[in-house]
Amino acid sequence: MKFQTIIVGGGLAGLTAGLALQKKGISCAIISSGENALHFSSGTFSGDCPEETVRLFEEAGIVLKGDPAKDSWRLTPSGSMQKVRLAFEDVTLYPSEKINATNVLIANPEGFIDFPTAFIADGISQQGIPCKVKSFSLPCLKLLRESPSEMRSVGIAKKLDGCIEEVAECIKGLLDGEDLVILPQVFGLASPEPVRALRAAIPAEINFIGTMPPSVPGIRVQLQLKKAFERAGGTFLMGDTAIMAEIADGTVRFIRTKNLDSHILSADNYILASGTFFSKGLTSSMQKISEPLFGLDVECPEERTEWYSEDFFAPQPYMAAGVKTDKDLHPLRDGQPISNLYAAGSILAGKKNAGMALTSTFKVVKKIAL
Amino acid sequence: MTLQEITGSAHNFEECMKCTVCTAYCPVVPVNPRYPGPKQAGPDGERLRLKNPEFFDEALKYCLNCKRCEVVCPSGVNVADIIQEARIRYSQSKPKLRDKILASTDTMGSLARPFAPVVNGVLSLGVTKAMMDGVLAVDKHRTFPKYSSESFEGWFKRKAKAAQDAFKEKVAYFHGCYVNYNYPQLGKDFVKVMNALGIGVELLDKEKCCGVAMISNGMSKAAAKNAAINSGAISKVVEKGLRVLTTSSTCTFTMRDEYPELLHIDNAAWKNSLLLATRFIYEAVDSGRKKLIFKDSYKARIAYHTPCHLEKLGWGVFSTRLLKMIPGVEFTLLDSACCGIAGTYGFKKENYEASQAIGKALFEDIASVAPDVVACDCETCKWQIEMSTGYKVMNPVSILAEALDTELTAEANRS
Repeated sequence: MKFQTIIVGGGLAGLTAGLALQKKGISCAIISSGENALHFSSGTFSGDCPEETVRLFEEAGIVLKGDPAKDSWRLTPSGSMQKVRLAFEDVTLYPSEKINATNVLIANPEGFIDFPTAFIADGISQQGIPCKVKSFSLPCLKLLRESPSEMRSVGIAKKLDGCIEEVAECIKGLLDGEDLVILPQVFGLASPEPVRALRAAIPAEINFIGTMPPSVPGIRVQLQLKKAFERAGGTFLMGDTAIMAEIADGTVRFIRTKNLDSHILSADNYILASGTFFSKGLTSSMQKISEPLFGLDVECPEERTEWYSEDFFAPQPYMAAGVKTDKDLHPLRDGQPISNLYAAGSILAGKKNAGMALTSTFKVVKKIAL
Repeated sequence: MTLQEITGSAHNFEECMKCTVCTAYCPVVPVNPRYPGPKQAGPDGERLRLKNPEFFDEALKYCLNCKRCEVVCPSGVNVADIIQEARIRYSQSKPKLRDKILASTDTMGSLARPFAPVVNGVLSLGVTKAMMDGVLAVDKHRTFPKYSSESFEGWFKRKAKAAQDAFKEKVAYFHGCYVNYNYPQLGKDFVKVMNALGIGVELLDKEKCCGVAMISNGMSKAAAKNAAINSGAISKVVEKGLRVLTTSSTCTFTMRDEYPELLHIDNAAWKNSLLLATRFIYEAVDSGRKKLIFKDSYKARIAYHTPCHLEKLGWGVFSTRLLKMIPGVEFTLLDSACCGIAGTYGFKKENYEASQAIGKALFEDIASVAPDVVACDCETCKWQIEMSTGYKVMNPVSILAEALDTELTAEANRS
């Protein structure tokens, strides 16, 4: 099967590349082995983000807040403030390291333990702003409690999205003059409408803050990007794994996957956006860190003892490991660039964040869609 | 030996790192709170069951075996295999009469076929439906697939077999119970398309139900018996150098993947020779070996639904790209979602509501696209979508048979 571009990896970098290229009329296939890091997203992007991100996402129905070139601040689930650039519409962004409120209510569905209300309340109190924590319960959550192991973000969202009016009434009943309500990100799984409806119904600002995974807005954005990619004519090979790549004379000739066994996939260009260790874009043995598909040159400290810092909270050097590339993002293999292969996203060596993933992605898109 | 090989666990269950992505995508969890969800039912529960089989929970029967948990798992855990294997190994509940009837597609088909008009009439009567609902707990909303008065095998022997000798190139066809007893037309369409491609069709010496319904109804021993017979018959033609094609994504998936994983039948000798017809045709055309010539007059707005087992196989791309080759087709790929029927699952009274709730998103998607026809490689999805939406559902092979100019195609493939 032939495509113009084959992308290995269906996360933020892979999907963004696929959607941008497909919109330019370049036929793409994305090979995605299992779901990706968007499922663990906090709903925000940090690091320099390219301008094009906002427009491309908007075309897929995804509203991004913030200025891609200027820092804003978000309130994190641990109660601290963090610099970010862009955010899904669920999250409230602040111009400085202080939330904009005089009196805060944190409301949490009763029995939901994946949302650290005490940390958030503590952080807000440290900013000198009064803050109360209340829990709420609704009849539609009753069934969910029969299965105690499933009182998780996505399960709750599937119920609450179906009864937003009741949720709004319930939260209005809890309000006692607060001008900011903090809710966990358990709304808007299939579309952002429930998030918008709650904001419209409640006479206070609402800031939806991340929960333990899976991330409800992350899954929504993943589904919106995938749908936009497929409706633009892209081919998304879900649950398949690229297992072998044929390279000859410094170019990739074809790829084999687990599901398609003998059927080879070929393209003019290839993008490696397979992420790092969790998604197996990088693998490690006792001796070395490697890139398993193309056998690319990997940048990381030589000695295993230098992969990590003994200070648990310090940045761990192995996390900066990634493939080496030339200035056009062609990865190196035995020191030589592969001319029709590009690397994008967190598989690149160095500091990793969404901004860096998107910047490298758009750089590759421009090279391919010249 | 690598560390991974030493620590390898059955169906990769030790690879689970508790991210809960499987449960987020499980179609059953939101509609049935009695189902513990794939993470709990699969790798989490497995740890407990290994300690003591008494930890087995009969609620695992609510798993549809749709495999969507496996498709989304970032860590390559075969979650549904863990669940199905646990049911086979530990479940104490015996299949009810109703389950046996639903699962024995072969036997029921052979019994019903000679009396098809009577059986179809009786099965569609309100009073029969009420009785089956009351006595057997087969939901009254369901209409049983009609039985055909002539089986596909009967038609093939009578009408098609002799003509197949004219072709040098041959394939074998595993038609499955649905084509044989309920809908021979799909088998006829398959023969028509193959012959137009210049390929003759032969049937297996002996073909039994692939066994998927038996596996899901707690009859794995009977399923293994069928599997052994099919495996023997398939091996025989594969040794001759033939490929075996099917027109059902679930039969294909069951024989390729469930035989070795759940029934422990070694199919390595023929696994890669068993193909869904759409993959075989796409590969033949894509490689330039065969040509398809379509009627100028064929026009259709087609929406494709990827059945769960085809999603797991990862072969939906062959069917969709084949349909997109037809010049008169306006194509939409529907969002991948379970239709809710899951074979015999949706026929059971206790599952009817859950089944319809699961399919709701797909039905709404179809209604919003409003196609002329829904295309799909699975027969039970077809029943569910036709009953629940009123839209006509066709197998891609039947669409090809309708859209092809068979004479011109046959001529183009003759040389």
